[in-house]
Amino acid sequence: MLDPLMDVSRKKALADIGLNTAKMNGASYADVRIGRYLNQYVFTREDKVQNIVNTESFGVGIRVIANGTWGFAATSTVTEEGIKKATEQAVAIAKANSRINSDPVKLVPVQSHGEVSWKTPIETNAFEVPVSEKVDLMLSANAAAMEAGANFVNSALFLVNEQKYFASTEGSYIDQDIHRIWPTLGATAISNGKFKSRSALSAPMGMGYEYLIPSDSEKIKSPAGFNLYRNRYDWLEDARSAGAQAKEMLTAKSVEPGKYALVLEPNHLGLTIHESVGHPLELDRVLGYEANYAGTSFATLDKWKAGDFNYGNEKVNLFADKKQEHSLGAVGYDDEGVATKEWDLVKNGILVNYQAIRDQAHIINESESHGCCYSQSWQDVQFQRMPNVSLRPGTETYSAMDMVKDVEDGIYIAGRGSYSIDQQRYNFQFGGTVFYEIKNGEVTGMLNDVAYQSNTQEFWNSVSKICDQSDYRLFGSFFDGKGQPSQISSVSHGSSTTRFDNVNVINTGRNI
Amino acid sequence: MAILTRDEAKQIIDKALSLSKADDCVVNLSGSHGGNIRYARNTVSTSGTQEDLSLVITASYGKRTGTSTINELDDDSIGRAVRRAEELAKLSPENPEYMPPLGPQEYGESKTFFDSTANIDAELRAKVAENSIKPAAAKDVTAAGFLEHNAGFSAMGNSRGLFAYNTSTNVDFTVTMRTADGTGSGWATADQNDISKLDLAEASQVAIDKALLSRAARALEPGKYTVILEPAAAVGLLGPMLFNMDARSADEGRSFLSKQGGGNRLGEKIVDERVNVYSDPNHPIVPYSTWSGDGLPQKPISWVKNGAVENLFYSRYWAQEKGVEPVPFPGSVIMDGGDADLEALIKDTRRGILVTRTWYIRSVDPQTLLYTGLTRDGTFFIENGQLKYPVKNFRFNESPIIMLNNLEALGKQVRINGNLIPYLKIRDFTFTSLSDAV
Repeated sequence: MLDPLMDVSRKKALADIGLNTAKMNGASYADVRIGRYLNQYVFTREDKVQNIVNTESFGVGIRVIANGTWGFAATSTVTEEGIKKATEQAVAIAKANSRINSDPVKLVPVQSHGEVSWKTPIETNAFEVPVSEKVDLMLSANAAAMEAGANFVNSALFLVNEQKYFASTEGSYIDQDIHRIWPTLGATAISNGKFKSRSALSAPMGMGYEYLIPSDSEKIKSPAGFNLYRNRYDWLEDARSAGAQAKEMLTAKSVEPGKYALVLEPNHLGLTIHESVGHPLELDRVLGYEANYAGTSFATLDKWKAGDFNYGNEKVNLFADKKQEHSLGAVGYDDEGVATKEWDLVKNGILVNYQAIRDQAHIINESESHGCCYSQSWQDVQFQRMPNVSLRPGTETYSAMDMVKDVEDGIYIAGRGSYSIDQQRYNFQFGGTVFYEIKNGEVTGMLNDVAYQSNTQEFWNSVSKICDQSDYRLFGSFFDGKGQPSQISSVSHGSSTTRFDNVNVINTGRNI
Repeated sequence: MAILTRDEAKQIIDKALSLSKADDCVVNLSGSHGGNIRYARNTVSTSGTQEDLSLVITASYGKRTGTSTINELDDDSIGRAVRRAEELAKLSPENPEYMPPLGPQEYGESKTFFDSTANIDAELRAKVAENSIKPAAAKDVTAAGFLEHNAGFSAMGNSRGLFAYNTSTNVDFTVTMRTADGTGSGWATADQNDISKLDLAEASQVAIDKALLSRAARALEPGKYTVILEPAAAVGLLGPMLFNMDARSADEGRSFLSKQGGGNRLGEKIVDERVNVYSDPNHPIVPYSTWSGDGLPQKPISWVKNGAVENLFYSRYWAQEKGVEPVPFPGSVIMDGGDADLEALIKDTRRGILVTRTWYIRSVDPQTLLYTGLTRDGTFFIENGQLKYPVKNFRFNESPIIMLNNLEALGKQVRINGNLIPYLKIRDFTFTSLSDAV
């Protein structure tokens, strides 16, 4: 499974057939992506392995510009004939649509890279680790959760390997080997007709199997006493916490609705960043290209042009990148051959930039793409996707414990939970994995039925303290959806534990 | 190319089965070709076609199983996929819940494939976009829309002699119209197996009208309101309820259908007695395949009858444990409606809110089936039987169970996302905050 099906010289020869066919048929630009996508999924519950699945998909997607209009076609027939036919189809589609295109495509220049390659810097290829080792670890984690108090437990391990070859009429031939891993678990405890679940505090990562080798130096103690994880995950330890916390939730106090100081740890805050910063600053959303599906954005161009729009207060610095070590978004080049980089989105609280690709960059007066174009597979067209979007750590020395100690009435939230936000990214509601009450600087016990509702600008202006670099770590979204047809993408969000003051908390308890 | 005939599919499945040395082997083979066009800002954005095949091999040795998937069908690739599934099966521990494959089954004919949809081409797609953009531009409205069509087949065979085959087509259209000043937004959707039954121009016109009507929305206080949910709004909450009607979760005590003290609430009345929900693979408006993914025949079945739970999904394993027949997950659902059209429902409402669609719905509490989400693209205040003015969008926190116990009236049914759903008039629907989003 791991041996390449096709060597690079063969891919180059096939890609050139696509590029030449496109030009001969009148295209002004073309790119060819030959992709082999491997996945391995292992699913277990309690002491049983439910399924082990290996998937492999191989094919080619060809994107062209003809008469100033995009066209795309994809086929699993990766032969001279198959590529030629698909390229002709892509050009024909572009020409058919050019009749109704009132806004011809304008691409900013891109560097020609020649023949280059890039690989996720992994220590151990997870696909090469014996399945039995993975199964043993997962069943041990399940047993640990059950011993600690869970009645039921499910665990899953997702592995992804994208072997992508990109060539374009701009003179780049790029071979990349991308790896991602996500271990996850859900522990459920039941008593007296009630049930509560606690999911894993792992994060999906752009790493190899080394992520599953625990390391004390990569553990961070939460203010509530349990451990959190940076670049190494301790599945057994977290499973024990999950079992115990699921059981504790059954008798935890229901929250009193009201205004609270929220202390949000990175594996929770990452999702809030994703929804309230990552999506609204996608330039295609801002311009209206996503109006029919994901929506548009409150962060309109006039706010950016004004140069003084307070997205947050002066403590808030948010940046985008496709390079951060161990992140899900890290690649050498994006899916239109642009070398990746880092850039600011919000600086000292002010909105300063968006996320843009080659056909959008001219709109925000940039001379080059940000390098955040992505397609989930060979058979889908690439488009602008969210890079890693992260909150810079605070400059003053604060630990997670420091975040709590001067809070009179607050809630500490760890892990992702329920999340919902409107189509312009104003109003949101978030839950979490675990909630703890903070009274007079102390964590006093677990809470239930917590969700907070806020407005993006109001929320980011309520930041009162951000932990320093020592608390910084990545949250990940493995299956972020966008586009029509909908495509998934994986993206990380880094942050340190952060305090937000005076946030509206509702009680979600009901009887049916 | 990607639609294989019954005989071609059987040949490939038989080839894979002949290469398998496992105790049991199940082969699923599917393929499709399709296309799409996307437009926004009153011009075309991206458009394309794709075709693909998928061969899924599940091999079993005793109670050990492994699965591999591949999208190439030459002999070498098929052999590689079979060996990979067998290797995974050998490495896997025994699963005490393993169920051997089914033997031969009898399936009805399905009516899910239409040449009209299979033959959609680039010119037709461009025409659809043009017919949406032109009337929008004429009213100074900005169109963003998406048309997607697929034609495909699926087949299944196993080492115990089962063989199943089906072909289907589908076409989906959604369109959002926004006024030039950004203060109004309207939306419409339409889907069918047969494109000749779709009136896409009408869908665009509905969205344009809603965009113009929804300008300059006023803010109402959040709280409990009588609502009229259009079928597209209702399905957002009904879908999660039906998706959670699994017998095992209920029996294990981790479902809204778990009974205090053990067991499930099968037979119990859980919602208003006018609620009837069922599925029928042969329904002329919302047909689906006559066999499920694990080879079980799909038959007409009632889920909720007169407000009581009539059936739950039973996997083959759980059905065996409980000594009942397995019940597969259906391809679509139908909820009985009434005779009233939207106009009649509005006329009969003293004070309420009309909701075009619901958006970003997420589970908040699985115990009570509480969901949160928002209204979008056309929310209007109704007073004394008339649409009075557009209102700002709301966030809701509501359970479909509470909602269906607060049923005031059922309206006409509409096909939505392959399901047949009526307009619902609900009292005391819970809006918890306001959104500035348009």
